[in-house]
Amino acid sequence: MTDDLVDRLLDITPGSPLDRVRAARPEARANARLSHRALIEPADPGGVPHATRALIAVFVATLHEASRLGDHYEGLARERAGDDAANTVVALGEWARAHGPAGRHREDGLVDESTDGPTLTVSDPERALLGEAVATALEHAHLLVLRPREAGPDDLRALAAAGWTTTDIVTLSQLVSFLAFQIRLVHGLEALSTRTEDARS
Amino acid sequence: MNAVPENTVATAPDLVTEHPDSRRPEHFTRSTVGWLPWLAPLTEDELTPRHREALVEESRARMPYFALLVRDPDALEARTRTDFDIFHNTEGGLPRAERELAAAAVSRFNGCVFCASVHARLAARFSSRGEDVDRLLAEGVDTDTGDRLWNAVVRAAVALSRTPVEFGPEHVDELRAHGLSDIEIGDVINSASFFNWANRLMLSLGEPVHPHDRPGRTASGRATPEGDR
Repeated sequence: MTDDLVDRLLDITPGSPLDRVRAARPEARANARLSHRALIEPADPGGVPHATRALIAVFVATLHEASRLGDHYEGLARERAGDDAANTVVALGEWARAHGPAGRHREDGLVDESTDGPTLTVSDPERALLGEAVATALEHAHLLVLRPREAGPDDLRALAAAGWTTTDIVTLSQLVSFLAFQIRLVHGLEALSTRTEDARS
Repeated sequence: MNAVPENTVATAPDLVTEHPDSRRPEHFTRSTVGWLPWLAPLTEDELTPRHREALVEESRARMPYFALLVRDPDALEARTRTDFDIFHNTEGGLPRAERELAAAAVSRFNGCVFCASVHARLAARFSSRGEDVDRLLAEGVDTDTGDRLWNAVVRAAVALSRTPVEFGPEHVDELRAHGLSDIEIGDVINSASFFNWANRLMLSLGEPVHPHDRPGRTASGRATPEGDR
C-alpha cells in the first residue's frame, strides 16, 4: 500500500484517472507527502510534540467537516494524545465550526467588506485538560482557518505567552496552513473523481 | 509601541516586532507591495548548510518571509517544491495565466493583499488582460471577468477556499464545459488549494507595506520580489 495519505484516503490506484492527474505534477505529489511528514510526523518534532500536531490536525479537519482526513487524524490523536484529549478536541472542533473566510480587513479601503467572524476561547476545564500551550495553539488554529485576515501581532504574543518559541510558532503556522491545503486537495480530487473523463464516457 | 530589538531571544518578554511607522496598502493592488515580518527571521549568520539547502534558491536568504519560514527547514523546503511544481511545471495542463488567476482569486477572497498583488501581476503578464485582473481586485470575486472560462476558474477557486469547502461536482462540470481536461482541472484544484496555505502564512506572520513605501531591496534586504509567495 502506498505511503501517500492522499492516495490512500481516495483509493487512488496506479493507472487510474486520479493517478494520472497527480502524476502530471510529480513534485507536487511527492512534496505534499514530504510536507505531511515534516509537519505531522517529523522524525524530530523539535518544540512541537507529536501529540500536539495530531490534536491540531484533527481540530482543523473537524472545523472543515473534512471527514476522511478527520477520521484519520482522530485515530492519530487517540494514539498520540490519548482518548480524553482527542475527545475534547473533536468536541471543541464540532462546537466551534463556522463559515469562513470571515473577519475584519486591515486595509482602510476594504472596511465595507469586513464581516464579523467567530472567535474561539477554550474553556477553563478544557484548558486544564489540554494544557495552556495546546489550548492556545487551538485558538490560533481557529483564527487561521476562519479569520486569517484578522491575525495580528497580539495573536503571536498569545502563543509566546503560552510557551511557544519563534521557531515553534513558525511550525504551528505551517501546520495549520498546510492542513488548509491538504483538506482542499483531498476534497477537490474527490469531487473530480466522480466526474473524470473516463467516468463520463 | 514596542521597542523590542529585531533579534529577540527566547528569554525576552516579547518575541514580536511591530512596524508602527510602516504604511499599509489601502486596497488590493497590482503594484508591488512589500512585506514586513512580526517574528524574527534568521540572519544570514544564523543559517546552517541545511537552512541554505531548504531555502532552495539562494536569494531567498535575504527575503524576510523565507528567512523566517526556514526556521522549520523541512516544512519550508517541501512547501517550496510543491509550489514550484504547481505553478511552474508547464508539461501539459492549464496555462500559467489561469493558474495565477486562481491564486489571485483565492488571495482576493481570503483577504491577502500581498499575495494578491504578486499573483494578479503574474496573471496579467501571462494573459495580457490587466484590466480584467484589476477589476477582480477592485470588485472582488463575484465580478464578471469578461470571460466564461475565467469566471468558472474563479468560482471553482472560491468554492474550494470556503470553510467548509463548497467545491463539488458542479464546479468540475462547469470547468469541463469549457473544455478542461482532468489534468487541467487538477491544476485548478492544486493552485487554489495551495493559496489557502500561502495566504494564511503571509497574513499571520507579518504585514503588507504600501507600494510607495516599499523598502529598497538593497537597502534593508526586506523587499520581496516578483516570484514571492
